[in-house]
Amino acid sequence: MSSWMLWDRIDISSIRQGMKAATPAVMGYIPIAIAFGILASQVGFGVVEAAAMSVFVFAGSAQFIAVGMIGAGNSVGAIVVTTFLVNLRHLLLSAALSPHLQGLSKKKLAWFGFQMTDETFALHNSMFRKGVPAVLESFSLNTTAQASWVLGTIVGVLAGGVVSDMNGLGMDYALPAMFIALVFMQVHNNTYFIVGIIGGISAMILQVAGMGTLSIIAATVLAASMGVVLEQWKAR
Amino acid sequence: MESQIVLLIFLMMVVTYVPRAAPLLFLTRFNLPKGVIMWLKYIPVAVLSALLYPSILLPGGEFDVSLGNEFLVAALPTLVVMWYTKSLFWAVMVGVLAVSLLRGM
Repeated sequence: MSSWMLWDRIDISSIRQGMKAATPAVMGYIPIAIAFGILASQVGFGVVEAAAMSVFVFAGSAQFIAVGMIGAGNSVGAIVVTTFLVNLRHLLLSAALSPHLQGLSKKKLAWFGFQMTDETFALHNSMFRKGVPAVLESFSLNTTAQASWVLGTIVGVLAGGVVSDMNGLGMDYALPAMFIALVFMQVHNNTYFIVGIIGGISAMILQVAGMGTLSIIAATVLAASMGVVLEQWKAR
Repeated sequence: MESQIVLLIFLMMVVTYVPRAAPLLFLTRFNLPKGVIMWLKYIPVAVLSALLYPSILLPGGEFDVSLGNEFLVAALPTLVVMWYTKSLFWAVMVGVLAVSLLRGM
């Protein structure tokens, strides 16, 4: 067996189970990926460019922000810094899953990290609570989710050639609607709720004050710190 | 593909991949202080809210809480559907539909 192979035995039933477990992520991704594809086509991306971004970057909000920034004439450097700031949150998602993935080889961990998104993280988090699934099942879930993201992107770019009035269809609301749903999923108790409000309001204040893309990270740091203060105050 | 786009995708991949994979690869080696873990726990809700609020309350860069703000009005059905279905798909579909209906009115 070549050392390039991640698996020495392919178990079809684990692959099937992983594909089934990916359903919620697939259902969430498809409309957003189509919206991304349409947007990307409007700033001049072809199928290859848009699909390449979905394959190699695989980060919903960052991809939307990137094509939006291209449309607004921003530099590569500004887009990359924004992407970094927007995706820095994955540090936490990765850290939170690491105790469950301790037995995995470096190669498998490296691949798992590549497909870590808010959605695949959320699905694994609930899966690990019920017990550790077959490793192949996890990879099947991640890959199914990403496949739907890439396919949706391609459909969106092709649709972008036909759809001239994307705003009339409300597609520009796909991403804000997903953020509403994702924030909803992250509110586990009152403290999380308050942290969200602090983060949202301070981001708006900083944005209006002209802080630009840094307002997101500054608001996040402030709000998460307030969460720690609140939690310690509640514990007293 | 234009070389600018290749460069952009490559750099976006690097800055996205490192925070995703680094904790998986290295965190098993040492334990983070308790306070840091507590702080990290609030990052997802904080960052997603920091992205959400401006997108629906500052459309076009100006604060707008009027009924003329479709993004704000559509947040209500989106939230209600998310509450009852817990489904990203239906939340997004209803939100998009609500905005298109509001614009058609």
